[in-house]
Amino acid sequence: MSEKLIDSGNNAAAMAVQLAAAEVIAAYPITPQTPLTEKLSEVIAAGKMDAEYVAVESEHSALAVCIGAASAGVRAFTATSSNGLLYMSEQLHWAAGSRLPLVMCVVNRGIGAPWSVWNDHQDAMSQRDTGWIQIFAKDHQEIVDMTLKAFRLAELVHIPVMVNYDGYYLSHTYMPFELPEAKAVQEFLPPYDYTHTLDPEKPESLNTVTLPDSRNDIKGIKRPGYMDIRHNLHQEMRQAMELWEEIDADYAQRFGRGGTPILDPYRCEDADFVVVAMGSIANQFHVVVDRLREEEGLKVGVLALQIYRPFPTAKIAAALQNAKGVMVYEKGLSYGNQGALYADLKSALYPYANRPHLHNFIVGLGGRDIPTEDLFQTLKTACLSGDQNAPEQADTPQWIGLQL
Amino acid sequence: MPDSRFKILTSASTSGPGDAGRTGSWRVERPIIDLSRCTPAKTGKSSCHLCWLYCPDNVVSKTIEPTIDLEYCKGCGICAEECPVKAIEMVSEEEFVKGTEDE
Repeated sequence: MSEKLIDSGNNAAAMAVQLAAAEVIAAYPITPQTPLTEKLSEVIAAGKMDAEYVAVESEHSALAVCIGAASAGVRAFTATSSNGLLYMSEQLHWAAGSRLPLVMCVVNRGIGAPWSVWNDHQDAMSQRDTGWIQIFAKDHQEIVDMTLKAFRLAELVHIPVMVNYDGYYLSHTYMPFELPEAKAVQEFLPPYDYTHTLDPEKPESLNTVTLPDSRNDIKGIKRPGYMDIRHNLHQEMRQAMELWEEIDADYAQRFGRGGTPILDPYRCEDADFVVVAMGSIANQFHVVVDRLREEEGLKVGVLALQIYRPFPTAKIAAALQNAKGVMVYEKGLSYGNQGALYADLKSALYPYANRPHLHNFIVGLGGRDIPTEDLFQTLKTACLSGDQNAPEQADTPQWIGLQL
Repeated sequence: MPDSRFKILTSASTSGPGDAGRTGSWRVERPIIDLSRCTPAKTGKSSCHLCWLYCPDNVVSKTIEPTIDLEYCKGCGICAEECPVKAIEMVSEEEFVKGTEDE
């Protein structure tokens, strides 16, 4: 029997990792991820989870331990936040380039300097191009479901997966969610069977200097060059999207939840204006959309982006091309340019003849409060302004809630 | 088990002479084995062979008189460092070439 619980987002993630039967967990505590790893070390120490908890001195080592474990054919998990993720950065590239099926929860937090422990998405966005799949949960149920599906995806495509959820908004708040039954999870996610493991009987050099050109090795087997390996990572990450949908469909059949693994629309069917956002803020927009429809008669919807890398270019363009306006609200930006999600979205829409006018909003950096009223007012103004702004002005991100 | 639709290209290779190209051209120092001190050469028995074991390019033969494939030996000197009876000397390639020219 599945269980209905009310608990924190971090505990929901810990329960999912326990259900996924990860065998090695190596993590370094950092706010707001700490309760997740504390919970995992607690259940392992209590003998409730058959796994090795490796206490490490840094996040770089945490991921290095997971890379070693996965290379030896073991299901491994880590979690971090903010500067901890940045400290892992070199190993993030290493894990993806080695095509290891790791799963990591990133409990999103602003990055220093200056220090902040509060939520935004700058940590995940800064590691966008490391070759990891990046998914974003909106609530505790999605944390559980996405974490379980992430293990299956990682092990099928051999690309590591980052499950992102908002620090505090999700990590520390309590919400109801359903926890699937262990036996059913085992059927969905069978034990990790890695065919290519480190084996002392068959010594190999992994990831040594790889020449620009492909070549025949000493046995006469054609080995890829660096560029071939990178092209393959890109192609197969694009292909992973299809598999993510298949995994979601299977999950939905077994557990009764799913159907929107890539884009999760709310009142978008007839919408003239669509908000695009990632994480918990997409859920906050439900009430804004309801109010704008009731009070202002504006046909507004919100489209939550569930997977950011690979970017669902064609799907998101198809979903938005008939809208009059699209408003991107994001908790991070590419300094000196625009919001990264906004730029990606604009690029996805470029080939289409009918393009909506676009607005970019930067919101909630370093935990700056996001009053629902501010979302209501800015969205209403954007809907009513149409595309009257000069292109360069429309393209300049508007910061919500600045105080100085 | 990975899905069969995915090729999963990675960089992995079995080490062996020539695995990293013709690395002999990298060499600035050449290992010279003094067979009068070398354990297997002296005893006539297949023993020691630490030079063979430690060579990162697998260019030392596991034979009674060990030989070094200079086409691929990049002159790292690990064999000389590991040899317990100091039978291997690293000689500057420049000196070595001069020496052969003089003859």
